[in-house]
Amino acid sequence: MSSSSSAAPQAGLGLGLVFPVRKDEITQAPTPWQRFLDAAFRKTCYSFAWLTVALVAFIVIRILIAAMPAMRSLGVGFLTGRVWDANAGNFGILAEIWGTLYTSILALIVGSVFGVAAAIFLSEGFLSSTVFVLLKKLNLHLSPIGKNLPDQIERLLKELIELLAAIPSVVYGLWGIFVVIPLIRPYCDWLHTKLGWMPFFSTDLSGPGVLPAVLVLSIMILPTITAISRDALVAVPPKLRMAAYGLGATRWESIFAVILPTASRGIFGGVVLAFGRALGETMALAMLVGNSNQIKLSLFSPANTLAALLANNFPEAGPKEVGILMYAALVLLAITLAVNIVGAFILQRAAQLQAE
Amino acid sequence: MSLEGVDVSNTIRVLRSGEIVIMKNRYLLAFGVLLIIATIACNSNSSGSDANSVKLQGAGASFPAPLYTKWFKDFGGAHKDVLVDYQSVGSGSGVKSVIDKTVDFGASDAAMTDEEISRAPGGVQLLPMTAGSIVIAYNLPDVKDLKLPRKVYPEIFLGKIKKWNDPAIAKANPGSKLPDQPINVVVRADSSGTSFVFSKHLSAISPDFDKAVGTNKMPNWPVGTKSKGNEGVTASLMTTPGSIGYIEFGYARSQSVPFAQLENKAGKYVTADTASGQAALASAQLPDNLIVWNSDPEGDSAYPIVTYTWQIFYKKYDAKKAAAIQDLIKYELNEGQKDAEAMGYIPLPANVVAKDLSASSTITAQ
Repeated sequence: MSSSSSAAPQAGLGLGLVFPVRKDEITQAPTPWQRFLDAAFRKTCYSFAWLTVALVAFIVIRILIAAMPAMRSLGVGFLTGRVWDANAGNFGILAEIWGTLYTSILALIVGSVFGVAAAIFLSEGFLSSTVFVLLKKLNLHLSPIGKNLPDQIERLLKELIELLAAIPSVVYGLWGIFVVIPLIRPYCDWLHTKLGWMPFFSTDLSGPGVLPAVLVLSIMILPTITAISRDALVAVPPKLRMAAYGLGATRWESIFAVILPTASRGIFGGVVLAFGRALGETMALAMLVGNSNQIKLSLFSPANTLAALLANNFPEAGPKEVGILMYAALVLLAITLAVNIVGAFILQRAAQLQAE
Repeated sequence: MSLEGVDVSNTIRVLRSGEIVIMKNRYLLAFGVLLIIATIACNSNSSGSDANSVKLQGAGASFPAPLYTKWFKDFGGAHKDVLVDYQSVGSGSGVKSVIDKTVDFGASDAAMTDEEISRAPGGVQLLPMTAGSIVIAYNLPDVKDLKLPRKVYPEIFLGKIKKWNDPAIAKANPGSKLPDQPINVVVRADSSGTSFVFSKHLSAISPDFDKAVGTNKMPNWPVGTKSKGNEGVTASLMTTPGSIGYIEFGYARSQSVPFAQLENKAGKYVTADTASGQAALASAQLPDNLIVWNSDPEGDSAYPIVTYTWQIFYKKYDAKKAAAIQDLIKYELNEGQKDAEAMGYIPLPANVVAKDLSASSTITAQ
């Protein structure tokens, strides 16, 4: 053991065999063994990459096969029907499609506003400069601890936001039921009585419903948006910022006119990713959305989503119903795919516009 | 030459170090394989290697699952050679498993239809094992005892009565401070035996409900927020003032959720408890197949929404399993019934236990 580490201190334990370390030579032609390993490694990577593609294709094909009988018997009417009544053999998922898109889009609006704001706060040095000023007042800004404190606090906050992504979905659901709903009830009741003429507030808060679902969903997608937006903002070349300041722009002017537009591609990519997550989110929504098949603008009424429908119906579905649920799953897959394609398309267009 | 010598020795040394690594990996691999083999051996040791031990696999209804789990644990403690495993997967899956023959016995709140029984290989014997009530729970902080007439509660679940201070409710509850508040109906989102029994009762007492919704494990409710499971419905109820919903009696009692007194067929208001449940069970005679639906029981003291829940056995087993199952059934019907009340279920009346015991004699060895 000790002899090996003294022989090749730079190489890891296993790497010694693969890439022998030669102290006396800097360059040499690769040995056949190295060339073989190189090729094998590349082939393995390729095959794994293709395997993921094959896996997706396999899943889609299996769902398609399972959904075939239902697609044939229900046809397009499945997409436009509003009733789900296994008793009467009536199946339609328009309400679920509406609910899926409605909750996701609302959550995306809330989540993007807060997520991008948090990313600006974390990347533009607002926090670290405040901490620095505070430390300077105490004359600690040059002490060994105080020197690094601003950056450390900023990093801590970033890690905390990213930690939100690690909370299990079902915990979010429980938190929504027992904390969010009682918390928002007084405000919702007030909005309903004062502004009940607006379609958004036209019903009483039913407990689980669109608004609690949207609030919790927006928190769930926040880490995705913040992390990606922050990376995009940090990646903006410093010379752009300097140039903006040099032209006399204030901090906010430079953020809104220079930095945000430059980082917009990355931010948009994060938003698209978050939208995908919001569409497919299951457990928290099944617990919070109310699972009621209706199409309403009201934020306080219960709704339903495709993922929640699947989660609630699969456990006891008969063979015929499984096919119908597979059809619904296929629709959800198609919506997610469409969102990603549209997102990719917009990103490409934005890149072209920027290049021109 | 000397350089090359150094080179070679270096490689050899590195090679040797690589060898050591590989050997270490091999040891690790061998150790892992040994571990896996040991685990498998242990597993088979605990379940299979003893030639006399029997494993019974059951699956089905979630409503009686807490009671069944306790039974099977206690039974396993007393019979070291029998291991009973129960999966609480829901009544529908329980029946499906019996038909597919993937279990040794099933359990269902909705019994089995004649069509399902005819599809089960080799015939099945259903035995009612315990019974339970379903209560209508509510969240009205200012109302202590809510009475619901039998004309009223189907209409609430149909969405026809919309406000708590509706004259029909107020008339049955003189002196109660019923709020001028919309009724927030909470129902089950998932397919469940509880929904089946509850909708069957509502269909029995209200022709309107029968026509509009009907009996189903997952009825198409015209109103309401839907939540998953008893726990989901209870959570929605407790966090939303003005709510009403149906849950199992045992669950409501353990969570101290207030529930309403219901008007029974005789016109009396009855609260759910063991005595009123047994009165309801006693009012119906069990037919030979032991499947009875008493959706609207007679009698002054009978609570209106009470149901048996069944275990489903095949008629033929191999000798060892048949003996174990006979033991299990005897245990459940004698000692087991004593656990029922404490856990919120209704102990079977003596005549039902006797019928079960005589019917269980049809379960025999091949």
